[in-house]
Amino acid sequence: MAHARTAPVPRLHRRVVAALAFLAAAAAGVGILAGPAGSSWAATSADYPYTLKGNVRAAGESVPDATVRVTGQDEEGAAFEEEATTDKNGAWSVGVPTKDGTWTIELVESSLPSGVAVPDGFSFTQEATFGATSTVTRNFTLGAAERQTVGFWDQFLSRAVNGLNFGLMLALAAIGLSLVFGTTGLSNFAHGEMVTFGALMALLFTTGFGLSIWVAIPIAVIASAGLGLAMDAGLWRPLRRKGLGTVQLMIVSIGLSLALRYVYQMFVGGRTEQLPGAVAEVIPGLGPIRLTVTDLISMGVSIVVIVAFAWWLMRTRIGRATRAVSDNPSLAAASGIDVDGVVRVVWVVAAALAGLSGVLWAYFRPGIKWDMGTSILLLIFAAVTLGGLGTAFGALVGSIIVGLLVELSTLWIPSDLKYVGALVVLIVILLFRPQGILGRRERIG
Amino acid sequence: MNFLQIISNTLAQILAPATLGYVLAAIGLSVHFGFAGLLNMGVAGFMAIGAYGFAISILTFGLPWPLAALIGLAAAVVFALIMGIPTLRLRGDYLAIVTIAAAEVLRLLFLTSTFRPVTGSADGLSGFQAGFRASNPLPPGKWGWGPWTYQSDQWWVIIVGVITIAIAVLLVWALMRSPWGRVIRGIREDEDAVGSLGKNVFAFKMQALVVGGIIIAAGGIITAMGTNVNPNVYVTSQTFYVWTALLLGGAATIFGPVLGAVLFWMVRAFLSNLLPALVSIGWLPFLTPEQSQMLVFVLVGAALMLLVIFRPQGILGSKKELTFVR
Amino acid sequence: MSADVAPPAPRPKSTGLHTGEIRPGVAKVDPIIVVDGVRRVFGGLTAVDVDHLEIPRNAITALIGPNGAGKTTLFNLLTGFDKPNAGTWSFDGRSLAGIPAYKTARMGQVRTFQLTKSLGLLTVLENMKLGAPKQAGERIGASILPFLWRKQEAEIEVKARELLARFKLDTKEKDFAASLSGGQRKLLEMARALMSDPTLVMLDEPMAGVNPALTQSLLDHILDLKDLGMTVVFVEHDMHMVRHIADWVVVMAEGRIVAEGPPDTVMREQAVIDAYLGAHQDVDLGVVTGRVAGELTPEGEALAEEAREIDAAIEADAAATETEDGK
Repeated sequence: MAHARTAPVPRLHRRVVAALAFLAAAAAGVGILAGPAGSSWAATSADYPYTLKGNVRAAGESVPDATVRVTGQDEEGAAFEEEATTDKNGAWSVGVPTKDGTWTIELVESSLPSGVAVPDGFSFTQEATFGATSTVTRNFTLGAAERQTVGFWDQFLSRAVNGLNFGLMLALAAIGLSLVFGTTGLSNFAHGEMVTFGALMALLFTTGFGLSIWVAIPIAVIASAGLGLAMDAGLWRPLRRKGLGTVQLMIVSIGLSLALRYVYQMFVGGRTEQLPGAVAEVIPGLGPIRLTVTDLISMGVSIVVIVAFAWWLMRTRIGRATRAVSDNPSLAAASGIDVDGVVRVVWVVAAALAGLSGVLWAYFRPGIKWDMGTSILLLIFAAVTLGGLGTAFGALVGSIIVGLLVELSTLWIPSDLKYVGALVVLIVILLFRPQGILGRRERIG
Repeated sequence: MNFLQIISNTLAQILAPATLGYVLAAIGLSVHFGFAGLLNMGVAGFMAIGAYGFAISILTFGLPWPLAALIGLAAAVVFALIMGIPTLRLRGDYLAIVTIAAAEVLRLLFLTSTFRPVTGSADGLSGFQAGFRASNPLPPGKWGWGPWTYQSDQWWVIIVGVITIAIAVLLVWALMRSPWGRVIRGIREDEDAVGSLGKNVFAFKMQALVVGGIIIAAGGIITAMGTNVNPNVYVTSQTFYVWTALLLGGAATIFGPVLGAVLFWMVRAFLSNLLPALVSIGWLPFLTPEQSQMLVFVLVGAALMLLVIFRPQGILGSKKELTFVR
Repeated sequence: MSADVAPPAPRPKSTGLHTGEIRPGVAKVDPIIVVDGVRRVFGGLTAVDVDHLEIPRNAITALIGPNGAGKTTLFNLLTGFDKPNAGTWSFDGRSLAGIPAYKTARMGQVRTFQLTKSLGLLTVLENMKLGAPKQAGERIGASILPFLWRKQEAEIEVKARELLARFKLDTKEKDFAASLSGGQRKLLEMARALMSDPTLVMLDEPMAGVNPALTQSLLDHILDLKDLGMTVVFVEHDMHMVRHIADWVVVMAEGRIVAEGPPDTVMREQAVIDAYLGAHQDVDLGVVTGRVAGELTPEGEALAEEAREIDAAIEADAAATETEDGK
């Protein structure tokens, strides 16, 4: 950074323009590659401009895999019928071609799981008309299921395991964000898009090219690492050379996040795609804990990768250099560490971890959507802040706390408020321990 | 392709309620970021709290609209205090993280079905403008000139909005030329220096947060007067759009936020009219009309990046009064 | 600034400041600051550990010591910019423990900073006006009603111009402070601190990074402050600068007060030479820091090399900030 003043501005211009061109080209690449696989990416109801959506609940619990049928008439007056299945959160959505007329929404009774009680006066059909907005919400709320009188501790245990899984997945993303912050001072708002990128690459190589998921995941991680390398070389390094302040860099990352997110949406549209193996059997014999094989593999992968990362950070030469740069960049530079090189490695590692967490997040949600990374960006930030800005292990601890908080809080609060609990805790903790859990006091200045 | 229609739609956007709301939000953010250096990433939250405070006061409590507007502003003051107390003593990025988190918390609280009777959940709130429209002194009917032809009620929103903007601009101008503004601009550059001169930095930052918050909430209220209130509007992206508008015009200037917000919406309206038209005449192959709408946002993101990198002071800012001090 | 380096007119030094035998922590006849048991620990490293220290009123006290001796940390503690792990201290008889920085300033204890904190985006005159205390126009309610503060503002402006003239900055009043030279910024920072008519002025390395021509006038200004009835405490790591103007010298090393006394006595003390210079007692620090031309022993050469490395690191930081400002 000492040579900041020598970097000629025109060259920088070219670099930045080139970087943006690269991103555009990369995006175009995704589209072209996706082309041949057209059949699975073809227009579905989600391509229609207007959306009917809602959720199905029983006694406050989401009802997954229930069928919702929407009927009505399209612009030409022809009969239109479309079905949707509720996801893990009990949510469904159906795209319809026009705002006009009345749409009938039917919850198919035979698709409901057994044990769901139908309250008196419950109607399986609802009607909807569009107002000023392009989206209309209709919810179906059923009564308590008799067999769902699970004991508090059984539920607690079940959610805790789920929360741990979520926390480990968050940690993969949070560690990268924290490393980047520690070494460059950048609060990277585009980190969520790096998460999405990993998931999209996995989707491209499985659904798109028909590869096995076991081949596609390593390819997705490598592609993500490549994205990290490209972003550092094409954008962040030239900007650091130019001497942009951390606030400026942060806002650049916001711009990048917006641009990337909508590039993704251009190619995958607004719908949710599934990776192979998203629906897996619950492992029997675990008592109250509902855990699928996918969940188990996901947790195993997270733990192995985190342990490997810890070994890398603590034991290898480059890992130690990374910690030195995090501590004090000018001192590290003065003692002969190639700061630029370290930062490049950090971007590659951070992007690879983010990409992997994107794949796992796609299984956890479940599904791949253009804004899936953005939807957990704040939780990642919360985890990093909780753990202490810029400390990698703090990010790990913070992530697990956030994961547990999000899942366990649903024991007391409605599940559509589960992120609120984590974010409120973040604000409250800042009141009492602004340096985070593992952060040092001196850092907050 | 009807080019005149595109131009007309673009010009009509100048006086749209959303534009007026963004102008106010950008003015408020200029107090926060441009003058005081506070990284408020919760602009959408301040707008939402103004809009919901206004709408809920009318729908649930049956208050007259001027009182409801005051309650919307008061709610923003409370919100600012809650944000400020834990974070204003800490480094700047903590305020950024807390405001963005708090704005999201607010949105989720407005969105949850738990409070549906009050907040309307995902459907939002509507039908609260009757009292405001009843106070409309303008002649009824549809009148105006060229692209600016509106219903009488829409004109009433525009007039109230423009008056509010004028008051906000005057207020910010008066504040920033005063000794108070001098302290605020000093704090933006170096808190410790100002503190060493006997100024209570925390109190000044809190005042700036509250004043800016009130102006942003006013933007939310003006938008609500013209349209309905819906939680899906107050997403994090909205905060980023207001930032783009502010940085476009010039963050540390009086008229920059006004110019920036108007330009932002004009360009957005122009592109979202132009690009689908270009697609329809085959000038943009590979793109569907929907994709061309997303391209608008890709361009907004790219514009934000280029602005911050190459012209951080914005259109009206001067190089000497740099926006990004740290 | 004029380049003539006239030595400061010799002025009488204040004497008879202490009572009893001279030793670290000796009692003063009329102390303005009394420090007791102040300790500050950074992650296991004790930066400051002062058992007892009194600063004499209406005198110029120099706080000297090698890099890392804890001088600036002690300054930050005394002015409320940092909180100690233990200890009490008082200013003018009032305890300052737990009092925030801005309140200590209001009590009449102002400070400057090692890395000058002139506000570059305000003009020189605005910088000066910012230093004035008790401004009606700084209350947010009154600020939008100019008739409430115009008169006071005019008075402040008169005072600011007087001070600027005294510091020979009056021709620059409309310039942004960022356009001043390093030495001029130091002068501006000092002048700004005087806007509040303080009783105690604390200067953190007022001579660092100032060219020799300006150094003389800075020293003169410091002497003037005493003549105007103020008390001055300043941090400096070059003993030779101190000798000319200080009435009292406090020597710190590794966070502790190792010696104090009138400059000529203190400089001869073995404890000072040992602690302050360590193994480098034959090295003239003036030569090491480049202020004085001279020959260096190999040992001194190594020390100078070290100093240059530190300088380079600081400059790298500064350059990063500068490019950010200057684009």
